[in-house]
Amino acid sequence: MITIADVHKIFNKGKANQVNAVNGLTLEIKDGEFLVVVGSNGSGKTTILNLIAGSILPDKGNISIDGTDVTKLPDYKRSQWIARVFQNPLSGTAPDLSILDNFRLASLRTKTKGLSVGVNDAFKKQVQEKVANLGMGLQDKIEQPMGTLSGGQRQALTLLMSVMDSCKVLLLDEPTAALDPRSADVVMRTADTLIKDFKLTAVFITHNLKDAFNYGTRIIQMGEGLIINDLSGKDKASLKQNDLFNWFA
Amino acid sequence: MDFYLTALLQGLCFSAIALGIYISMKIFNIPDITTDGSYTLGGVVTAVLLTNHQPTYIILPAVILAGAMAGALTGIIHTKLKINALLAGILVMTALYSVNLTILGRSNLPLINLPSLFTIVNVVSDPNQNTFLILAIFVVLITFLIGYLLKTDFGIAMRATGNSESMIRSLGVNTDRMKITGLALANALTALSGYLVAQFQGFADISMGIGIVIVGLGSVIIAETLINWFKLTSVWLSLVLVLAGAVIFQLVLAFTLSVGVDPKLLKIVTAGFVLVIVSLPRLSLLKSS
Repeated sequence: MITIADVHKIFNKGKANQVNAVNGLTLEIKDGEFLVVVGSNGSGKTTILNLIAGSILPDKGNISIDGTDVTKLPDYKRSQWIARVFQNPLSGTAPDLSILDNFRLASLRTKTKGLSVGVNDAFKKQVQEKVANLGMGLQDKIEQPMGTLSGGQRQALTLLMSVMDSCKVLLLDEPTAALDPRSADVVMRTADTLIKDFKLTAVFITHNLKDAFNYGTRIIQMGEGLIINDLSGKDKASLKQNDLFNWFA
Repeated sequence: MDFYLTALLQGLCFSAIALGIYISMKIFNIPDITTDGSYTLGGVVTAVLLTNHQPTYIILPAVILAGAMAGALTGIIHTKLKINALLAGILVMTALYSVNLTILGRSNLPLINLPSLFTIVNVVSDPNQNTFLILAIFVVLITFLIGYLLKTDFGIAMRATGNSESMIRSLGVNTDRMKITGLALANALTALSGYLVAQFQGFADISMGIGIVIVGLGSVIIAETLINWFKLTSVWLSLVLVLAGAVIFQLVLAFTLSVGVDPKLLKIVTAGFVLVIVSLPRLSLLKSS
């Protein structure tokens, strides 16, 4: 469970370009919940995601994951619970490293990266099998640099990489924003399957209201750094796509 | 012919610096110019310990440690104080000048008639060939160690740090610590070049490191040009090409001198040569497009 209690985050405090990104937000995300976050630009969606991930730290308030207070923990320490897929396909993978090396690092997300060679035939086979499940024909290309792949392929692989090691929380920051409709569909369906199969707690930011409607067990709308709509369970299921459009009217 | 043999030997001496620059510039993507200082530091530590009749098994770790400390310092200034890497390197390099002068006690220390790495064993009677053999073994060992390191899980994390910082942080790597380690490693290698050169030329000099960063850079850029030409992705081949780059660089300089270019102009020729290599890929690109 992720608990966010009365969290504040102000950027450029005291300057002309001060931004009050998050204003005393309180949010509880239950285990196994697939939370969809919508909201207009500048409403604080990405800030919330970065606060959970630890790439930025709050000015005030507390954040805990599974009962552990992580408020002051940097991102590379929170990786023991959290895997991330970034908006930019380039951010989630290392382009000059082979697909295999990228997967090797992902398989060690919660462990130390030691002085032994871990990329062996057994590992290679394991990666090939996982990659084959995507149905993109990438299993024969795992020695290629990640940078030779398309954005959609990279996002799909980033998703697979997130479950290479034990993972509780998956953060998806507009993972399909840079993709064409078909790749976007593949990536979203892969994400949905992984979240269900591995019983992940997921936070999914999107501007695509169709995705917001189709996926997730709970939806919140953010505005000015606060939650302005929150529907879960049956309410989310009975939500009409039109209602969602009206939120932004 | 002896002339070119000397250049080859010098190239081998400089291959450690080339590997160091390869690690800081290509793997970590950090322009590190602590090099000028840490190279001299390596030479100075070697000279002082040699004149105090210390054995190799003391000198070698001492040189590595000294270089690593210099690099780590640059890394700490860069990551913890958030100072531009170039400036951090300049600061440490400048400070090292005083450190080096203090260690050496004067501006030049000859090492004539002292036993060195190259006189420990005499495999062949010809001193030049003997030096070549010892250097070759030394360089192969270093390359093997670095190559192995880059293949390990730690090494993959190192390579990812310079390639996609957001990704590697989300995969649980403290990138600050990784960069400090990387710069320490790079400068330990640089200091090793100082160690080799001081013994090879038979003296340590306070100004031996001036402009030495260009030797490393030039070697790496030659290697990079070749890597891009042949579209190589193998770590091992890249390292071998970096070594080749260091040797080619010295051979070109030797050739320049042998055709009668005034030694005073050597540095400008060096700078010009590096400029040509850097711009070569772009020039040939212009022609084809």
